Amino acid sequence: MVDIPEHLLLRSAEARAKALGITVEQALAEMKGESAPTVVDDEPEVIEVDLPTPVEAEAPAPVETPKVEEAPVKAEAPAPAKAATPAPPKADTPEEVDFAPEVKVTQRLLTVVKAKPIQKAASEPVDKVNTWPHLMLPEFISLMAMMAFLIILSAILQAPLLEEANPNITPNPAKAPWYFLGLQEALSYWDPQIAGVMIPLVIGLIGFAAIPYIDRNKENNPSKRKYAIMMYTFFLAGAGTLTIIGVLFRGPGWNWTYPWIDGIWFDDLLDWIYFE
Amino acid sequence: MAKLTLKERFKKVSAGSGDGARASKFATSIFRPGSPFRKGYSDSPRNRSYVVMNNVLYHLHPVKVKRHGVRLSYTLCLGGMSFFLFIVLTITGIWLMFYFRPTEMAYADIQALQTSVAFGSLVRNMHRWGAHLMVLVVFLHMSRVFYHGAYKAPREFNWVIGVILLFLTLFLSFTGYLLPWDQLAIWAVTVGGNMASYTPVFGAQIKFGLFAGLEATTATLLRFYVLHVLFFPFIIVIFMAIHFWRVRKDGGISGPL
Repeated sequence: MVDIPEHLLLRSAEARAKALGITVEQALAEMKGESAPTVVDDEPEVIEVDLPTPVEAEAPAPVETPKVEEAPVKAEAPAPAKAATPAPPKADTPEEVDFAPEVKVTQRLLTVVKAKPIQKAASEPVDKVNTWPHLMLPEFISLMAMMAFLIILSAILQAPLLEEANPNITPNPAKAPWYFLGLQEALSYWDPQIAGVMIPLVIGLIGFAAIPYIDRNKENNPSKRKYAIMMYTFFLAGAGTLTIIGVLFRGPGWNWTYPWIDGIWFDDLLDWIYFE
Repeated sequence: MAKLTLKERFKKVSAGSGDGARASKFATSIFRPGSPFRKGYSDSPRNRSYVVMNNVLYHLHPVKVKRHGVRLSYTLCLGGMSFFLFIVLTITGIWLMFYFRPTEMAYADIQALQTSVAFGSLVRNMHRWGAHLMVLVVFLHMSRVFYHGAYKAPREFNWVIGVILLFLTLFLSFTGYLLPWDQLAIWAVTVGGNMASYTPVFGAQIKFGLFAGLEATTATLLRFYVLHVLFFPFIIVIFMAIHFWRVRKDGGISGPL
C-alpha cells in the first residue's frame, strides 16, 4: 500500500469525522482498515431532524458507531415518517415547517453563475496537419518541377541579343518590355500624362494598395463578393487585351498589324519564333 | 562486427542508432539537439514537428498548417514559386556578374559569355526567362490572393506589402532589361524612361535621374546595373522578409472559402 504521510491522513480523518459525526480516532481507525467503515445514509439523517418528536431529534447521536448490519435497520425505520412528516405540520402549524434544517447544512447558495467559460477562446480550433511532410513535400516537388521547366526552357529558347546599342538608330517600332506594353498601348489612345502616369501610379500603385481598405466586405466566398470579382476580372481582361495588342498587333509607326500577315514586331519574341 | 548491407546500414542510420560521423563533435555543433540530422528520423508526430522546429525553415513555416492550405489547388504554390524564382535569379545573377562589366564593354561581354563561357548561354537564358517568369508568377500570385479574398482583415497590410513587391519586381526586371546593351535593351528602356518623363511637375527630373543624363548612355548602364544588382535586391529582400513574417503573424494561410 502507498504510504500516505501522517499529517495528510490526519487531515482527511478529521474531515471524515466531521462529515459523519464520529470521532477522529474512529475515522482514523477506519481509514487504516482497523475497524469496519461507518456507513451512513444521507436520507434518514435529514428525515430524522425533521421529525416533530423531540426524542427523535437526538437521533444523530446513535449514528456515532453504527455497525454495518445496523444500517439497513436504521434506514428502514424512518422511511414511513418520511412520507408522513411534511404533510401534518403544513396542515395545522405552518410556522413549524423547516425547509432548511439547521443541522448538517454544509453548503448554501451564494449566487448563480451562468455556464460560460471565464476565458474566451480567441479562435475556433482548425483542422491542421504537420508542415513536414504535408506541405514541404509538395513544395519541394513543385520547386523541382519549376527548376526543370526553367532549365528545359532555357536550353530550347535562346534569349535575344540584337546588334549593339546605338542611340543613332531608332528601331521602328520601339517597344518597351512586355509588361509595360499594355501601358504603351494605352499611351497611344490617351494623353501621356493620364496614360503614362495616372494609370500606373494612381490605379496601379495607390489603387491596388488601397483595395483592402476600399473593399470592406468581410466575405471571402466568391458568390458573396461578385462586384469585387467582376471589377478585378474587368481589369485583368483590359490589361491583358492591351498587352496582347501591344505585343502582337502593333507594327511600324504603331500602326495596326496582324501577326499572321505582317509578322511579329516584337524583338523580344523574335528568337522564340525563328529559333532553329 | 559483421559487414552490413547497404539496406541494413540505411535502416540503422535512419533509426538513429548510428554512431560515427553523426555523433561527432563537429556534427553536433552544426545540428541542434532535437534535429533529426542528429538523432535520426523515424516517422512520428513528434519527429515531424522536430524537422521544422530544428531547422532554419522554422522562420518560414510553422510546425502545423491548415489542412486546406496544403492543397496545391488552393495556392497553386505561386507565392513559393515567386520566392524560388527570386533565389534562382539571385544565384544565376551573381554568376553572370563574374563575366559582365557595365561599361561600353557590356555588349562584348555578353557575346563572350554566350560563345566562350561554359554554360554561359544556358545561365543567361535561365536568368532572362526566369525574370519574365517571375513577373508573371508574382502577378498570378496577386490575382490568386485577390480571388480568394485573402487581402481582407487581418491581412490588409500584407496586401500593401505585396503590391510594393510587385512593383519592385517590375523595377528589377526593367533595370535588368538594359544590361545586355543591345538595340532591344536601349530602346525598350528609352521608351520606359519616356513614359516616366510624363510625370507631372517632376517628369524631366525623374528621367534625368533615371538615365543619368538626357538619354540612355553608358552612364545609364552603370546606374541601372547598380540599381539592378544591389539597390532593388536589397529593398526587395527587406520587403519579402516583412511579407513572410506577416503571413504567419496574420494567422497563416487564408481561407477556406
